[in-house]
Amino acid sequence: MQNQAIQVNGLQKSYEKIHVLKGVDFEVKKGSIFALLGSNGAGKTTIVKILTTLLKQDGGTAAVNGFDVASKPGDVRQSISLTGQFAAVDEILTGRENLIMIAKLRHLKNPRPVADDLLNRFGLTDAADRRVSTYSGGMRRRLDIAMSLVGKPQVIFLDELTTGLDPEARVEVWKTVKELANNGTTVFLTTQYLEEAEQLADRIAILHEGKIIANGTLAELKKLFPPAKVEYIEKQPSLEEIFLAIIGKKEEK
Amino acid sequence: MESTKRHFFSDMNVMLGRSMHHIFRSMDTIITVTITPIAMMLLFVYVLGGAIQTGTDNYVNYLLPGILLMAIASGIAYTSYRLFMDMQRGIFERFHSMPIARSAPLWGHVLTSLVSNAISVLVIILVALIMGFRSSAGVLSWLAVAGILALFTLALTWIAVIAGLSATSVDGAGAFAYPILFLPFISSAFVPTESMPSGVRAFAENQPVTSIVDAIRALLSGQPVGNDIWVALAWCVGIMLVAYIFAMRVYKKRM
Ligand SMILES: Nc1ncnc2c1ncn2[C@@H]1O[C@H](COP(=O)(O)OP(=O)(O)OP(=O)(O)O)[C@@H](O)[C@H]1O
Ligand SMILES: [Mg+2]
Repeated sequence: MQNQAIQVNGLQKSYEKIHVLKGVDFEVKKGSIFALLGSNGAGKTTIVKILTTLLKQDGGTAAVNGFDVASKPGDVRQSISLTGQFAAVDEILTGRENLIMIAKLRHLKNPRPVADDLLNRFGLTDAADRRVSTYSGGMRRRLDIAMSLVGKPQVIFLDELTTGLDPEARVEVWKTVKELANNGTTVFLTTQYLEEAEQLADRIAILHEGKIIANGTLAELKKLFPPAKVEYIEKQPSLEEIFLAIIGKKEEK
Repeated sequence: MESTKRHFFSDMNVMLGRSMHHIFRSMDTIITVTITPIAMMLLFVYVLGGAIQTGTDNYVNYLLPGILLMAIASGIAYTSYRLFMDMQRGIFERFHSMPIARSAPLWGHVLTSLVSNAISVLVIILVALIMGFRSSAGVLSWLAVAGILALFTLALTWIAVIAGLSATSVDGAGAFAYPILFLPFISSAFVPTESMPSGVRAFAENQPVTSIVDAIRALLSGQPVGNDIWVALAWCVGIMLVAYIFAMRVYKKRM
């Protein structure tokens, strides 16, 4: 058994005019949380779409759970689930119906108990029989993630899972993701927030101008790439960073 | 990949169940789709009917086939709308990243279109019965009518699929239905084509709605259907095949 859940080598992708990915390389270890950090339009969603078989790459190779995404998409789809950048829930169905639908599509024998269990784990039991259109943003995102867990896929992709959530809901979602990894699931997440990567990830990679410019644990990154990091913080400061900056200025005076 | 094929029908069934929920939870859709054709029927029968010479004594009988086609033409705008919304919301991406047949979500929408239009058609026939519609048709003729209407629905549904997949806005997704909605007016649906000026008449007699309307009318009134039914079938199947091939192309490209 190899212990890499995701292997990406020299990945290339262009849309009509823009060359978005210019040779991306990284690996994700089984059972770890991997955060791909990048500013708006860096190509994070493009990588997620290639890895989840929604989009074909122009060059390079990518394998998920040992299966090549281009030649064995069926096997890849058996191994993964995707929580996309935009909530992929059915607004007109109830929370429970959404989960049962996915369980049926994964051909599970007992859709109902699976749904009940997930509703319970994600604190949605009270809202289970309400239409999703009445849910708050945080509840919707939790349902979205719950739907991705149906059938216990080995690798889970979470694309900008907390964008648009208030700080409280964000903390709630983080808790969920941490629990996931504790159960041995591999989590691949993308984010624009440094703080989110800090909170969650075992390893962080930074995607910039079509390439991975840094890849390592938080401690390694802090040592290796202070200038690159500063550049990023300026664009997307985390609450913590702003806080520290203010404190720092005060102490100087 | 084998397993995705094996589960095609059960997957499609889940998809159908999903969109049927959508339909039954927004019954206003059925009402919106049926209200205009019903209003047209009332208008033509009770306001204009006296002035129209169709050679039949029961104008509701004459009118009903065209009204049914209008209802279907407006019903498919919702198919295109539902498809567009699915693409927007990202739920298709979830489906496509799952180990299910790629076309199952699409077929779910197509079946839903058939079922919801069948409901609209039944509602309108009920209203027509109240307004005095009578038919001497036997079971076989009714089955033939149902078959033609189903084929007509399928043909328009695949056009709706193309529109829904390629639209860039909600309004765009439904706009394609307007010209189709207009076709019954330049056909034998409301007045006999003999009463039209020659240019218009040539168009009216050679467009699909006229042969479909004439075939259904003949079936419902127990008259011999003659050639009309074959012309009608050829139109429906032809449009359906062309639209299907084109729609599948767009679908593969978009996904
Ligand atoms: N279908 C497409 N056609 C053309 N260009 C596209 C398409 N999808 C994405 N792009 C472009 O490719 C670049 C990368 O997009 P991508 O969505 O992967 O970025 P991202 O890192 O996920 O950004 P965000 O943080 O905004 O989600 C952007 O410049 C985007 O405009
Ligand atoms: Mg993105």
